[in-house]
Formats: sequence, C-alpha cells, structure tokens
Amino acid sequence: MTTIHVNGRAHEVAVEADTPLLWVLRDTLGLTGTKYGCGIAQCGACTVLIDGEATRSCQVPVESVGNADIRTIEAIEEDAVGRKVVEAWVASQVPQCGYCQSGQVMAATALLKQTPQPTEADIQDAMTNLCRCGTYNRVASAIRQAAG
Amino acid sequence: MNSLQTLHARAAATLMDAPLESPAGAGTRVSNLSRRAFLGFGAGALVLGALLPPMPALAQAAAAPKPGTRVPAFLVIGKDNAVTLLSPFVEGGQGINTGLAQIVGEELDVHPSRFTVECAPPGADYAVINGLRMTGGSFSTRSSYDLMRRLGATARDMMIRAAAARLKVVPGSLTTDDGHVVHAASGRRLTYGELADEALALAPDEAVALRDPANFRYIRKPMDRLDVRAKSTGKAVYAIDQTVEGMLHAAVRHAPHLGTQPDALANEAAVAVMPGVHSVHRLPGAVAVAADSWWRARKAVEALEVAWSKPAPTGFETVAADYSSQGILAALKASTASGPLAETEGDVAAAFASAAKVIEAEYDAPYLAHGQLEPPSSIARFNPDGTLELWAPNQMPELFQSVAAQTAGLPPEKVILHSPTLGGFFGRHFLYGSSNPFLQAIQLAKATNRPVKVLWSREEEFRMDAVRPLSFSRFKAALDPQGRPTAIQVRTVGEGPLGRWFGAIFNGPVDSSAVEGIVAKPYAVPNRSMEYVKVPHPVTIAFWRSVGHSMNDYFYEGFFDEIADAGGRDPYELRLELLKDKPRHRALLETVARLSGGWKRGPYEAEGGKRARGVSMASPFGSETATVAEVSIEDGEVRVHNLWIAFDPGSIVNPAIVKAQVESAAALGLSATLFEDLSYEGGVRQSHNFDDYPILPRRAMPAVHVEIVESGAPMGGVGEPGLPGVAPAVVNAVAALTGQRIRSLPLAKAKIGV
Repeated sequence: MTTIHVNGRAHEVAVEADTPLLWVLRDTLGLTGTKYGCGIAQCGACTVLIDGEATRSCQVPVESVGNADIRTIEAIEEDAVGRKVVEAWVASQVPQCGYCQSGQVMAATALLKQTPQPTEADIQDAMTNLCRCGTYNRVASAIRQAAG
Repeated sequence: MNSLQTLHARAAATLMDAPLESPAGAGTRVSNLSRRAFLGFGAGALVLGALLPPMPALAQAAAAPKPGTRVPAFLVIGKDNAVTLLSPFVEGGQGINTGLAQIVGEELDVHPSRFTVECAPPGADYAVINGLRMTGGSFSTRSSYDLMRRLGATARDMMIRAAAARLKVVPGSLTTDDGHVVHAASGRRLTYGELADEALALAPDEAVALRDPANFRYIRKPMDRLDVRAKSTGKAVYAIDQTVEGMLHAAVRHAPHLGTQPDALANEAAVAVMPGVHSVHRLPGAVAVAADSWWRARKAVEALEVAWSKPAPTGFETVAADYSSQGILAALKASTASGPLAETEGDVAAAFASAAKVIEAEYDAPYLAHGQLEPPSSIARFNPDGTLELWAPNQMPELFQSVAAQTAGLPPEKVILHSPTLGGFFGRHFLYGSSNPFLQAIQLAKATNRPVKVLWSREEEFRMDAVRPLSFSRFKAALDPQGRPTAIQVRTVGEGPLGRWFGAIFNGPVDSSAVEGIVAKPYAVPNRSMEYVKVPHPVTIAFWRSVGHSMNDYFYEGFFDEIADAGGRDPYELRLELLKDKPRHRALLETVARLSGGWKRGPYEAEGGKRARGVSMASPFGSETATVAEVSIEDGEVRVHNLWIAFDPGSIVNPAIVKAQVESAAALGLSATLFEDLSYEGGVRQSHNFDDYPILPRRAMPAVHVEIVESGAPMGGVGEPGLPGVAPAVVNAVAALTGQRIRSLPLAKAKIGV
C-alpha cells in the first residue's frame, strides 16, 4: 500500500511502486481528467501540479511522490489562480478537440502561481505542452488575459 | 485461443465472401481485396461494398425515411424544456455540435446555449450526406445546413400547432420566444417541453417557411462553443476515459512488420502470472494481455517474448522486409505504366512544340501520421440480452456497427454503438481494417467473457496508424515568350485513400483523392493533361486532414512559382493575370494581399534579419483559400513568422469557429511542411513516439491572420481547407529568400541557407 495526497485527500493505493502516477490517477482513483498522450513526457497532456510544480505524471513513479501535494484538473476551480485560468480559457475559446487542454490549464496555472505577470519568454519557456489542434496562440492570449 | 482463431477465420471468410455490387472490374477487385483481407486490412472496403449500392442507387436506397427530416429522430425536449439534439456527426474539435445548435436553434427558436448535443446512435435518419453518414470531407455543415434549418422550422411549427390545439386559438395568433409558444393576446406561454408529446405526434408540414436570413440571431454570429468549459476543466469524456463495470484492461503489441503473425510465445506461462494479469492472447497480427489495470497489462505484454512470422523478403505486394519510403518513392518515379487522364484540355503536344521555354520538376511528400493526442481505445461488452455494446472512436457509426456485427456474428441491430467525443481525429477514425482497435476489443471480450477495454500505447499507435500516402507527381510546363504557361502536364503516380477504402462505391477510373489539388485549378492555362497512374501501397493508407490537397496543392503551387521564375514573372502578378476571368479567386487573392499589408515578395530586412514571402491558392472541399507566408532562416532552419489566409467558404454559420478551424488547419499544415515524415526502412516505421516524430511545438507557431470572405457561392467545407495553402506559401517564400526550391517535404530534411 502506498498513500498519496491528491486534491487535499489521502488515498491508499495498492499498486506496484514503479507505477506511473498518471495511471494511479486515471485507473485507480478514476481521475480521468488527466490525460495519457505519449507516456514519455513529450506532450504534457498528463500535467499535474506536485507541490505547485507543473509535472508530467506519466514519468513520475508513484513511489517517488511521498507526502507531496498533488493537484489535478478535477480540483482546478478550487484554486483562485486556477479559476482565473479556466475563465480565461473559456473567454478566449481556447479548446478545440480539448484533449491536451487539461495539461495546458495545469501548466498555465503553475506558471501564473509562480510568475503572476509572465513575459512572452516566460510563456514560451513554461508552455511546452503539445497541441495537435494548434491552439497555441489562443493558449498564450488566455494566459495574458488571466495575468491581466 | 481456439475460439479466437475460429472467430477471426469466420470474420475473414465472411469478408472474402462478401458480394461486390459493381460488375465493372470485379475480377481484379476480388483478388486484390482477398489478399488484403488475409492481411487484415481489407475489412472496410469490402464491407462497405457489401453494405452500400453503387452511387446512382444511393438516393433510392435512402428513400425512406428521408434522412434529416424526422423530427423525433433529432430532437428530444424534456418536460423541463431541456433540448437535446441528436447529431449525425461526431464532435472532435471542429465545433460541429455548436454549429448545429445554432442552425437548429435559429429556426426552432431556442437559444443555442441551451442545447445538449449528442452523437446519434446508428440509424437511417442520420445518413444526411447523399445517403451516407460520416464525419469527414468537411461535409458536416454544408451537407446538413438546409436540412437542419428545415428540421428546426418543422419542429417549431409543430409546437405552434400543438399549442393552438391546447389553447383553442388559431396558429396564426401564436409566436415563439426561446423555447416557448406565446399567445400575445392573452399573455399565455407554454414551454416546448409541455407541448413536446402532442407536437411530435403531429404530421410535419413540409412546406413550412424558413426564417429570413436578414433576421438571423444565431447563424453567422460568433457564439461560444458548447463544450469549451467542460474541455477547460477536465470534464469532457473521451473514449479513453470510459469505463464499464467489471471490465478488463487490455494492452496490445503489434507485429513489427504489418501482416506478420505471432508464431510462438516463449514465456507465456511466466507472463500469465505477472501481477494483475488475467490472460494472454494471440490476435491477428498482434499479442495482447488482459489485466486488472492498463499499466499492468502493458508491462506484461511488453515482457512477452514473441517470435513473429517472417515478412516477404522483397516486393511491393506486402510490407516486405526491405520495404522503405525511398524504395516506394523510387518505384513511383520509375513507373512507366500509363493511366487515365484526370483532366485534359486543349492540345498539350502542340503547346510544347511551340513553347518558348519548357520546365520540368518532380515533387514528393512523405507518409504522415495523424498524431491526434488521444491514443485509440475501444470497449466491447456482450450484454446478457444478446447485444454487443461498443464504445469506439469512429467517423462512420453505421459502418463500424456493421463490421462489429460481422466480427461478433450478430445482426447489426444487435450492436449498440456509442460514438464518443474524439480527442482529435484529422481523418484517423475511419474504418482502416487492423488500424482500428475495436475489433480486438470484441475478440478479447468474447475470449475472456468479460467487458474489455483495449488501449493502444502511443508506440502502438505509431506502429498501426493508417498513414497519409507518400505521394509523387512529375510536372512539365510550356511557357510563351511573355512568361505565361501555355500548357501544364502532370503525371501523378500512387494511390489515394478513397479508392482504397471506398472503391466499391466510388469506382471511377481516377481516384479523386489522389489528384485533387492538381486538377480543377482556377488558372487560365489553355492546354492541360493530368494523368493518374495507380500504384497501390502495401501499407495502410488513410484520409488525413485535407486528403489529396494536403500534398497536391503544395506540388502544383510550388511548381507554379517555378513557372513564374522561369518566365521572369512575379508569382503574385502572374496568378492575378491567370485569374482575370475568375472574379471570386481574384478577389480572394487581392484580399490576402491587402490582409498582409500589400504583396511584397522580398527578400527584405526585418527585425532579426532578412525575410521573404510566398503566396499560394487552393480550392479544397468546395471552398477557396489564398495564403501568404512570411519566413526567415534561423540557424539553418525555416522560421515562419506570419501566415495570412483569406478564406472563402461561400457562406458560414459561426465566424469564430471558422477562424479557429482555419488557424488549426494552418498549424497542422505547417507541422507537415516543417517536420513530419513517418518513414519506413527495413519494412518498419522509423518513428515511435513524439520524440522521433516531432510535431509543431509552440515555439514554431506563427501568428495566423484569417479573413473570412463570404462570396455567396454554395457553402463549402471549413475544417480542412485552411491546410493545403500553407506548404506552398512557405516553400515559395523559402525560394524567394534563398533561391532554393524545395520539392520534397518536410523542410527539416533540407539544408537551407540564405
């Protein structure tokens, strides 16, 4: 048994120690808002916040998270910055297919929590999640709106 | 294992025995498709041939009920006045759910934001595209616009007549107001929900009047999408997120060479006792492990030591041990076969004989993966009542239902198909034989007697995705002394997805999906000859956003600039001159020039160094585009700073969604232009994931400026047309900047310097 702390609650999970956090969230806890895209930390669809850091959960063995505070998209509107990001996402009509957007919203929330007034370079550095629908420009404008 | 093998054999036998509707060319088709059926990738074409009559009979076959007209098939209005629209189409990011709500809501008089839109189950009512149902070809809005307006108006009229009977007043004394029927004289209001039972029992009035477009409140307005909040908060549910009680998770490993089979599993017993493992399976061309979680299933299937059967050593009949992208391209180039003419006009030979100058060039483009971010998955469950229930990403519900039924040995009406929201598609979820996971889910559910969810890892998706065909065309042009082209001759060698998968119904001599973008160009070139030589690929080929246009407009419009250069003409001015009798195209070209601040080719100095621009035009899916790209070279790589796109789809429903779709198509077009190449070497694909198949990242995304032009021409497509103009505009800009003419994509493999 491993205990992990997700969205403010402790969960006991019976999985192998090397199981990626992504699959514990999705299959064990049923938190399917966090997406599987590539499994090799290239696309960012599985981004969650671990102690506030945007982290690609497909490459995080569950044994490594310890008592860290894990936040997923399911709790995004419990967070003041997260709420602003979501509202900006809606106002800018960012998503198309939407599959990458949980990860984009989490990455944007982490950026704005650490850097409330990001420069273009900050956005470029922080927002490396892939989007096959090409919503990159709207993602950036939503971040600027949420910051403003 | 035995039951699975039997099942597969039965499915294969059924497929091979399927009668072909068209007598023309049946002999070659049968042998060809039988071979493909053995290889496991012929199911789609064959079953479609069995399902559907040839084109002329389609309208008759679909005669009753006339698709798109039966109100109760499309609208469910609850007592609480909640409106659910059952859509013929699958939402995958293109915004069709919102567009349909606007169209129906406009005539029904219900605000679009109050609609819930769901993909309808299989049914004849939804075959709204010329008797077919699919989500593709940028057909959704243009095929259903008139139907859905009329449906909304018909339903509104039924509400009014039901209210008139209830209130004992004449219908003419009633009006509607956002889901209510209003009797102004008495101030009485009834909700549609209160009236729905009575209204839907009335006979529809087929002559009901439609709203005057001058008074539209929803259509042509940039309304918010219905799904954006759910997609911004992780609440949207895709196939991959679906679960059913008691299901097993299955992970799959496919044969390294398409068409080879698992011969022996050296460590099956050891894998069978790994944590959580339920069972180990051999499937056609694959092995699978079912377990209590997908991660455990995946670890187990990857631990399997599999001996695979050997591919053919060489040849192009199958994916042989020596199959390569270079090899097939060389074969396409070397072909001396002649083929039918896709387009012919004037006297090409005479024009070349009297030409002031003749130029020739060869263009090619690689195989491409769809790369939709949601990896494919499917759930199959056999229910106690004898039905098979399926959750499967798809763009053609009735076809998937029919193939599932054949695989399971059930009649189609015993298959309940759910068509979930797609996490991107771009053509990925048509029926492509062994490239769809739902057949494996059915086979494993049958073998385990449990519901099974099959999910392909990204690596398996790169192995099995059906690909945009590698393509080749040879161009030749005759120029007059003024630098105008007097003749263009094109030889296209290869295969298109329409012929592969829909050959049974679209069975003309020329596969339009192989030549679109090369034929039917708007330019006044008096003598033309476009030949199409079919050379089948052994790999699984696919529709990929904008299909043949995705490479052919690059070929043609790139070559157009070569003509301009050879004749000493400016490529923009030459286009304008050759469009002098095409006011729609000329206006669009002038629009994109204005949008980009006036045409200038360059090179010119800009912030960070020299830049130049290229221009292109395309006529995809009933729409027209004109594109200008601005590029520079940074560290030997092409950097695209701006794309200006003037887009004329005739008329539109939602300008915000149209712009978003054009931006999105432009991004995918640029991704293919700069980076993408799913190459084969030694019979296997060389890309495995997004680390060795780079797709457009944020840092390479240019500013995209879109101007919509509504010329009033018949409504064209929206989802795909923004793509084809990007590659030629970029490549033409690179040529203007560097003098280098790139005739083979992607640009990443070219050495480029100023």
